[in-house]
Amino acid sequence: MPKRNDIQSVLVFGSGPIIIGQACEFDYSGTQACRVLKEEGYRVILLNSNPATIMTDPETADATYIEPMTVEAASKIIDIERPDVILPTVGGQTALNLALALVDAGVLEKYGVQLIGAQVESINKAEDRELFAQAMGNIGLSVPRSGVARNVAEAREALANTHLPAIIRPSFTMGGTGGSIAYTDEEFDGLVQWALDQSPATECLIEQSILGWKEFELELMRDAADNVVVICSIENVDPMGVHTGDSITVAPAQTLTDKEYQVMRDAAVDIMREIGVDTGGSNVQFGINPEDGALVVIEMNPRVSRSSALASKATGFPIAKIAAKLAVGYTLDEIQNDITKETPASFEPSIDYVVTKIPRFTFEKFAGADDILTTQMKSVGEAMSIGRTFKESLQKALRSMETGTAGFEPLELPEGEEGLALLRKKVRDPRPARLHAVAEAFRRGFSIKEVFDLCKIDPWFLGNIREIIEAEACLVEASENERKEFLLRAKQMGFSDARLAALWNVNEAEVRDLRHKLDIRPVYKRVDTCAAEFEAFTPYMYSTYEQECEAAPTDRKKVMILGGGPNRIGQGIEFDYCCVHASFALAEAGYETIMVNCNPETVSTDYDTSDRLYFEPLTLEDVLEIAHIEKPDGVIVQFGGQTPLKLCLDLERAGVPIWGTTPDAIDRAEDRERFDDMLAKLELTKPESGLARSVEEAVAIAARIEYPILVRPSYVLGGRAMEIVQNEEGLRYYMQVAVNVSPEHPVLVDRFLSDATEVDVDAICDGKRVVIAGIMQHIEEAGVHSGDSACSLPPYDLPPSMIKEIGEASRKLALELGVCGLMNVQYAVKGDELYIIEVNPRASRTVPFVSKAIGRPLAKLASLVMSGKTLDELDYTQEIVPPHFSVKEAVLPFVKFPGVDTLLSPEMRSTGEVMGIDSDFGRAYAKSQIQAGNTLPLSGRILVSVKEEDHDRVAEAVKELTDNGFDIIATTGTAATFKALGIESELVAKVGQGHPNTVERINEGDVDLVINTVGADPRSVSDSSSIRRAALTQGIPYFTTAAAACAAVGGIRALQSESIGVRALQETHRRIGEDSN
Amino acid sequence: MNARQALFAAKKPALLALADGTVYRGTALGAEAVGTGEVCFNTSITGYQEILSDPSYAGQMVAMTYTQIGNVGTNAQDSESARPFLSGFIVKEAFQVPSNFRSEETLHDYLVRWEVPAIEGIDTRALVRRIRDEGAQMAVLSTDPAQQDPEALVELACKAQGLEGVDMVKRVTCEEPYEFSQGTWSGIAGQPTRAQVPEEKLKVVAYDFGVKRNILRLLVENGFEVTVVPATTPASDVLARKPDAVFLSNGPGDPAAVEGVLENVRTLANELPVFGICLGHQILGLALGGTTHKLKFGHHGGNQPGQDQFTKKVSICAENHGFAVDAESLRTAGEPVVITHLNLNDGTVEGLAHETKPIFSVQYHPEASPGPHDAGFFFTRFREMVLRHKQGEAVTGAQIANTAGNVADCSADCSENKGV
Repeated sequence: MPKRNDIQSVLVFGSGPIIIGQACEFDYSGTQACRVLKEEGYRVILLNSNPATIMTDPETADATYIEPMTVEAASKIIDIERPDVILPTVGGQTALNLALALVDAGVLEKYGVQLIGAQVESINKAEDRELFAQAMGNIGLSVPRSGVARNVAEAREALANTHLPAIIRPSFTMGGTGGSIAYTDEEFDGLVQWALDQSPATECLIEQSILGWKEFELELMRDAADNVVVICSIENVDPMGVHTGDSITVAPAQTLTDKEYQVMRDAAVDIMREIGVDTGGSNVQFGINPEDGALVVIEMNPRVSRSSALASKATGFPIAKIAAKLAVGYTLDEIQNDITKETPASFEPSIDYVVTKIPRFTFEKFAGADDILTTQMKSVGEAMSIGRTFKESLQKALRSMETGTAGFEPLELPEGEEGLALLRKKVRDPRPARLHAVAEAFRRGFSIKEVFDLCKIDPWFLGNIREIIEAEACLVEASENERKEFLLRAKQMGFSDARLAALWNVNEAEVRDLRHKLDIRPVYKRVDTCAAEFEAFTPYMYSTYEQECEAAPTDRKKVMILGGGPNRIGQGIEFDYCCVHASFALAEAGYETIMVNCNPETVSTDYDTSDRLYFEPLTLEDVLEIAHIEKPDGVIVQFGGQTPLKLCLDLERAGVPIWGTTPDAIDRAEDRERFDDMLAKLELTKPESGLARSVEEAVAIAARIEYPILVRPSYVLGGRAMEIVQNEEGLRYYMQVAVNVSPEHPVLVDRFLSDATEVDVDAICDGKRVVIAGIMQHIEEAGVHSGDSACSLPPYDLPPSMIKEIGEASRKLALELGVCGLMNVQYAVKGDELYIIEVNPRASRTVPFVSKAIGRPLAKLASLVMSGKTLDELDYTQEIVPPHFSVKEAVLPFVKFPGVDTLLSPEMRSTGEVMGIDSDFGRAYAKSQIQAGNTLPLSGRILVSVKEEDHDRVAEAVKELTDNGFDIIATTGTAATFKALGIESELVAKVGQGHPNTVERINEGDVDLVINTVGADPRSVSDSSSIRRAALTQGIPYFTTAAAACAAVGGIRALQSESIGVRALQETHRRIGEDSN
Repeated sequence: MNARQALFAAKKPALLALADGTVYRGTALGAEAVGTGEVCFNTSITGYQEILSDPSYAGQMVAMTYTQIGNVGTNAQDSESARPFLSGFIVKEAFQVPSNFRSEETLHDYLVRWEVPAIEGIDTRALVRRIRDEGAQMAVLSTDPAQQDPEALVELACKAQGLEGVDMVKRVTCEEPYEFSQGTWSGIAGQPTRAQVPEEKLKVVAYDFGVKRNILRLLVENGFEVTVVPATTPASDVLARKPDAVFLSNGPGDPAAVEGVLENVRTLANELPVFGICLGHQILGLALGGTTHKLKFGHHGGNQPGQDQFTKKVSICAENHGFAVDAESLRTAGEPVVITHLNLNDGTVEGLAHETKPIFSVQYHPEASPGPHDAGFFFTRFREMVLRHKQGEAVTGAQIANTAGNVADCSADCSENKGV
């Protein structure tokens, strides 16, 4: 069947901001889908609120709406654009849920728009637990025993059938949000309530636990002619009980005979047909009893999923791209396999390597969060690696994580039985880095059976890990000569130079030198979908220690771009966006582009983003080897975040040509003392500060610059361990306990500027000319990490003189550092004073936001500058101040971490961002809040409980609302001030001071907006945390700074006057052009 | 064995020498022996035991493209014949701690028991690329410590006789007729519902050219009473058993070299419904006047696209063949035969059906084992054809094959045979 000619335009839904459970894999899938549909000649309309995506680049679709992913905004877009069909299956659960909501609201019917890829009935059948269980019964398949509950009483009934422990799964949530495992009767009710609260349908499933069973996934595709193919099988190393997104997974499945695998395949194909997924990709998860092979179906996603991205990268089969083609009518046999060029897509990939994915966690940022892994996903990123054997693949994956591990380092444990008991616990409990405990157990002589009994990880995986540990023991004992003899075999097992160096007690360079002297270097093999049966035309490569190298480097002019590795808080999709742009721009400029990255979720690791792709860890060892084989003319390190930047000095020393700002300039910006010298030279000011190498040094510095102070370890990203300290006691605690200061790990001590306004600047410099790309004024005051703060471009209330001064300072800094490419500066404005907080001569997190706000592709321009073009030649010489406001708002993952305070701090914790664009600041801010899930009410009741310093400011803002349809309830102090200022409010008790108290009012659904600010003392913070938590779980918009509350009031007023409007980004950019003409 | 010996000490060496002079050095696995055969590669990720025990590999050595082999050990239920017939086995890594609830014996022990020499630790992908680019060739695999001289082994490989023109069937066929009544693997709890075995029994005589058990099991599952007979059993002996149908099995080697079968097949094809798989399909093609040719490196794997030329539906097929029927030769032979299935990768013939007689055949393996079950419908079609024939209907293979009731259009696709 050829493609459909009865449709002209397709509306594609993206997945919105990056959140846990829904990350940049949907930018990858969405971008692929948009490109394919455009190539096929359809008009593509896109809705996605996430600006940090390639998908929302103005070139990706014909009309791009960075607007709220709500029924209201989507309806307006449908009204303007009149699409023929909607493709909701490439934007994760967010897209699917929005499509269902539009159907429910009758919008699709009203405008005669069809869904393609999946129909409502099949979405419901797959997502509704009861319907799904029924459907499985129809085809003779088993699901775990379960019961659906819409309230706690129903859940209790279901429990009688399933028994404890019981799995609690809310319906219609992504990443298992709200899911948990109840082990005891006591915790059951609370966990059920939480699940019900998280489910948009207030529904959850109480399910028989099959903890300890093996878990598998199959990725399938189906076309309109009912051809079904399995793209990839995946086996979870962590058994059932850990969300697959949090599990270490391996492709292909390792421990099934063909007989069992084919039964699973038959079941998956039957499920595809029974659920009725018309076309596209789906993912089915199975549990297998290790004792007798019994099979149960866990769940099915009738859409492209996180696992599809992994499967695409693992096999080279582009699932989302093919899914988009199938959705418009093609059949699999009509589509060519890009990689082999000769054979069709109607086949099942075969792979001749092993793929390992390890999730990346950031529990250290969420004090109070339990790091035990359950059915609710908590990881924020992942790294994937490819090796010829599992051992090689696993060890490559470990060093891809960038968690400081280069292999299976020993665990430090107490002596004797106490240590063993702790070790057993670490092997038993699923937590991040459990495999290190498994390895340690083997190091201490545990048998495979003993370890299996504790953790239920399949003995095949355990046996391989044990072999790695046995090899380590052997390597440690090796004589000088034996080291040479064993080295090749060790490399084949995946040992990194760094791990070998640790085992041999030498430094990494010595291992590398020895290896090179013996001419032991990796070869590169291709990922080709077909295990070499056909020739591969796409250079998608991985390293291994084998005989034949298939890299076949060219002698073209070439540039190598180092990506950002696994996503983490503080380093995510924004950097991948920059890398992809660099690749596009330089390819256009005639360079061969070579991408190096190990993050399977990204666009950068799509095999057709760059001319050549190396799916490799971003360690010095791995990058140097690629540089050795490719001999690039330049390497770009300033786009991938801290990961490649950390390598730049070593790369330069090894003779690798670094493009852009020199490593020395980067060091000058990062090294505090050199930085201070530069500021003095430029006559710029920064908050008084000092570098402390001991506790006493820190105390002395603090005494000089006065409290409050801001303290943080040097060389960090995302505000890791950054804190505001109020007094000496707090400082001593921080220095000793929190960061463990030492001469090697000094701590920066800055004067904290209370109530200052923060400003972020992105600029681009070619060494001679500096262009200010964007000046962003933060909404939240200094003290909230810039990544967690909302910001406005252009500034919404800075005086022109200050804006000018900021521009001047930025120019001076760029020229003095000799920046070549992008630079980001953070400022604090207090009164008339401008302070420099930090300078980063690299791409910043805000580059995609600014690019979309001003309509210029900054990363592309910067990469061309790095290749030697001047800004003049690129025709980018003037700052663009757009005629509209763009507000970036952060999206925070608190809902995944029960027990964590939601108060914003200098520690960055947001996972993603949204962008609100409108003609005035208030409306743009309001939009950004809606997009971030903080839907502002237009009337109702506001709970106000604010610290004394904020009373006047909040009162002024709130007064506007009491005149316009809002009632106020306030806690004692706040209410008294309000009364004095003539604002009526109803008194509400603080928690522990009577009933009904603040939390009770929130939980009763009696409150529509919460404004809660709190002073620095720990007691008032902990006293009020239950208010914020209650607002979060009830889904009520809440603001924890006075500045944000004031902006919100402005937003409400704007929305009261007129509901939100939508406009395509292309049109917004056209208006910038007109404005500047 | 301590860790050092296992992981780093000099292991028993093994050598694989190709006729073109390429030599791969690895370590020995399985039996201590020297094997000679044509090297082919198989892209199935699962199912190494079924592959090892498939008689179609007689005269060949198999290189597995997937790198972790041996993970699930071996067991009594997953063998496709009484013993392996292949002459060597080539893997990247055979991990010695199998894990599966059905595992009974490690891969190594299984290979030792059946005297199959094997090599591990070589760059199997490099080997596969060589075969892909240069074509299948003869090789010698030695795990015998006394025979590790590369030049001598290359010379041996050069002198070795290839598959073309050699009757491999006589090495693998059974000696005496026997009844077969075993059904398919009972499976696991929670598997999809299976069709019931039909009550009404039909009698089929299966020619054993190197038959895989799963074919026989599926015939049983489809209500056949199965008698397996040696490859050269005269047609008259078969007719004397008064069967309702004849089945021509898979088997090894060059179809044109198999002696004493074509005349029998021609006779039976005029009397009874016939179904052939793989070598049986090729023999049927020859019996109907066509010719066969050797493919460059064949199709060996569980992921091949086989397209029904009537419905255009694609089945993911298990394939294992180094020869194919020439599409053109059948047309020129004037026998009224339609090509029912094509391989979409290279356009080679994968299925035939007769337009006037109850005969059809398939090049790939609808019995799977290993491989997907997509093409299992061939067995139900066979039953349907035999039943309708038995009831006196003048049913033809083409009628059975053409479920869509279309005119098959394959003139464009099969003209270019890229596999040659």
